[in-house]
Amino acid sequence: MSKQSPNVSPLRDWQQDLHDRSVPTVSTTHADRRSFLKASLTAAGALLITASLHPRRARAESSSSPGMLGFFVRIDTDGTTHIGARSPEIGQGVNTSLPMIIAEEMDADWARVKVKQMPMALKKIDEAPGIAWKYGPQGAGGSTSIPSAWSDLRQVGAKVRQLLLQAAASQWEVPVSDLRTEAGVVIHADGRRLSYANLAASAATSAWPEADVPLKDPKDFRIVGTAQPQVALREIVTGRAEFGIDARMPGALVAVVARCPHFDGEIESFDASAAKQIPGVREVLVLPGPKHGEPISANLATGVAVLADDSWAAIKGRRALQIRWKPGPYAQESSASLDRQCAELLKGEGIRCREDGDFDAAREAAARTVEAVYRVPYVSHCPMEPQNACVHVEADRVRIVAPMQSPSGASRVAHQLTGIDRFKIDVRMTRVGGGFGRRLSNDFVAEAVLLSKLSGKPIRLLWTREDDMRHDFYRPFGHHHLIASVDEQGAVSSWAHRLASASKYYRRPNVKPEDMWNPEIYPDDFPAQLVSNLRLEWFAVDSGMTRGSWRAPAHTANAFAVQSFIDELAVATKRDPVALRLAMLGEPRELEYGGHGGPVFDTGRLAGVLRRAADKIGWGRDPGKGRGLGIAAHFTFGGYAAHAMEVAVADDGSYRIERCVCAVDVGRPINRSGLEAQMIGGTIDGISTARNLEIHIRDGQVVEGNFDRYRLLRMADAPDVEVEIIDSEADPAGAGEMGIPTAAPALTNAIFAASGVRVRSLPIGPKIAAG
Amino acid sequence: MIKFTVNGAEHQFDGDSTMPLLWYLRDHAGLTGTKFGCGIAQCGACTVHVDGEAARSCTLPVAGLEGKKITTIEGLAEGRLHAVQQAWMEQDVPQCGYCQAGQIMAAVDLLKRHPDPSDEQINTLTNLCRCGTYPRIRSAIKRAAALAKSESAGREADA
Repeated sequence: MSKQSPNVSPLRDWQQDLHDRSVPTVSTTHADRRSFLKASLTAAGALLITASLHPRRARAESSSSPGMLGFFVRIDTDGTTHIGARSPEIGQGVNTSLPMIIAEEMDADWARVKVKQMPMALKKIDEAPGIAWKYGPQGAGGSTSIPSAWSDLRQVGAKVRQLLLQAAASQWEVPVSDLRTEAGVVIHADGRRLSYANLAASAATSAWPEADVPLKDPKDFRIVGTAQPQVALREIVTGRAEFGIDARMPGALVAVVARCPHFDGEIESFDASAAKQIPGVREVLVLPGPKHGEPISANLATGVAVLADDSWAAIKGRRALQIRWKPGPYAQESSASLDRQCAELLKGEGIRCREDGDFDAAREAAARTVEAVYRVPYVSHCPMEPQNACVHVEADRVRIVAPMQSPSGASRVAHQLTGIDRFKIDVRMTRVGGGFGRRLSNDFVAEAVLLSKLSGKPIRLLWTREDDMRHDFYRPFGHHHLIASVDEQGAVSSWAHRLASASKYYRRPNVKPEDMWNPEIYPDDFPAQLVSNLRLEWFAVDSGMTRGSWRAPAHTANAFAVQSFIDELAVATKRDPVALRLAMLGEPRELEYGGHGGPVFDTGRLAGVLRRAADKIGWGRDPGKGRGLGIAAHFTFGGYAAHAMEVAVADDGSYRIERCVCAVDVGRPINRSGLEAQMIGGTIDGISTARNLEIHIRDGQVVEGNFDRYRLLRMADAPDVEVEIIDSEADPAGAGEMGIPTAAPALTNAIFAASGVRVRSLPIGPKIAAG
Repeated sequence: MIKFTVNGAEHQFDGDSTMPLLWYLRDHAGLTGTKFGCGIAQCGACTVHVDGEAARSCTLPVAGLEGKKITTIEGLAEGRLHAVQQAWMEQDVPQCGYCQAGQIMAAVDLLKRHPDPSDEQINTLTNLCRCGTYPRIRSAIKRAAALAKSESAGREADA
């Protein structure tokens, strides 16, 4: 198997060679029955434990496992350096960028590095809640993997280097201070050299350093800051990368579930006799779901599950089910009813989320007031890999192999549903066919756990595309009412953002009603602290749709509204849109930012990406008749991004992005190729969503079910994206989400500049309405 | 009994002949490189070659495959990587990677028909990529065209 997968083996135990080999196995594919991958049941137990806790045991373990230096690194005698990747790889590149950080500090030879996905691992601690990450955080959300790694994985790499230096020092009987390292080699001042390959076995017998060790001076970085192709390339282009949907457990039945299509509906009756006649169908089970109003802590909806020998039998079996559904309390809900609800709400008074100065007085005194309402629709995550999970619930243990963004959540929900100790729940992350926030929820894992528990068999749960699109945690729907006034000098004297939205916290366990606005409007976002009289107001929209985190959550909605409105304000007051933004940002300085991505928001860095994007697109030039330039800039989760676009609008209202620039400052770049890829991808995602995407509701059900009606952008409409990376030396932020929020407003601002038509309601559609 | 070849190997199937080729490949042939994305031939994640032409295997019942030659992503490299696979690696195309087998199979098909494809011809590709790798796919296709050209020039020089 290692020959087939030279770089990445997601299902293989990271430390497999070090473990008890008697534990049950997980196979990769039917074709590979003979090469079932050994995978230890739990990451607890016979693993290396930090020397500070169990020094003797750690030494004993390491002596039987040569070359293992701490949890993350193993160096073989041939010099191959294995580095563990702890976070799930959802396409954001962390299986490359995180190991690059370790490799940098340990001074590894990157060309000899092989990366493996680590399983999720927990450890017991004395303090509440008694359980903690063993390898550090292992989720993928909020663009946090890189900042977390920067704060702890650099030390991991540096400690590995320290162990190797000490091993060389004792072999040569010289002080460590006489030694330095280069890629994979320790070098004495007199020129003697020892390779890491030769040192690893003795280094592995030393105790893991407990105290922090010195880190490299960034000017000496050789790996961090370069452009490296992602480590799984060969597996991907040859079809051998293992995604969740490719995982197999011996004896597993494929489960396909008919879920209630009505929000909070129920099963009235069903007849499974025809389904059971389908060859290969083994069992039909009722899958209980949450009742109306209950928090969603496990699966999303009630349903009927067909368990079969293979996928096709399960799909056919589901088609043959006769089910009468009982619509729930939202049977009257439609996209139009939500629009009416928002319009009605915005006439009243909402919750004040931020109130600076005296908005009403400033508005009264203003020379000029501008206002506009923007609409942001529900959208679906629709990762290309539909939800799936392999789960086996046994009497006293659970095995989970699935594509997840939140493996600890999977462990929690399995514990919640089975009562089995969390240390007996084995959670393995496969490569993930797209996340976008969808897989922060573990409803699909919960379904597989429930079905395995009910049937007593291992379950391979398969969602079809329709299941995925109709049972999602959608990006919230909302109407944004913006009001701003300018004084006699043209300065913005007041600003209000009044948002009626369907909170993402809907039915989230343990959220107080008064906190429902928290994920909808971020009180320190631009232009807070830059306009002295400012009001942020929120109104709760009642909707039966389940909602959740969609890549760069509220930033995608709010940046569209705010960055469109700035443009409108500039036009109304005859200011240049870039100049107005720069004037509002003012002198470069750090402002307090209490939300995720804080603690500071640097106005100078936002101005920096704005200027870079403007320069690159040639801001200020006349692009010619029927063409326009548009721009937008925003601070997202610790990163700064701006888009500038040149758009051509034809007489029939069709439009085309002629040029698209994305300038980004996420601090020190780790992997330039990966960072550029994230910005390209975020930009395309933003354009795709702005152009075509909306999940409609009719009669309390989702209308769109597949890509024929939900029209993701295709090659013909995808512009080239010119990515401009700011060479910052600030500590790195993530990069997964910053590329999205400004794409939509830059596009609609450019459409306005080209045509005079202001798009205030998303999606834009393939053509704009005549102006 | 339906007989066909997959990546040069003989296969025979006497199960449910309405089963789409996709599910045969994934569940019965152990070839999971071909991916399920939509089930209605919209996204192209399941693209394979049938008798040398791109086809979306999620809507292709096994019943119609008698005597056909199927190539999947696993069978694309013959001894060494195909020029398209090489170009994909050079351009670091994939993000999550899920759609890429289908993208590659579609690109190989495009290059067979148009060895030096224009942007308009590349635009005829309708495979979906949710991660937005289209710009790098476009450059990889152009790179693959150049690689294929130099490979065939090399072969002619050898001859």
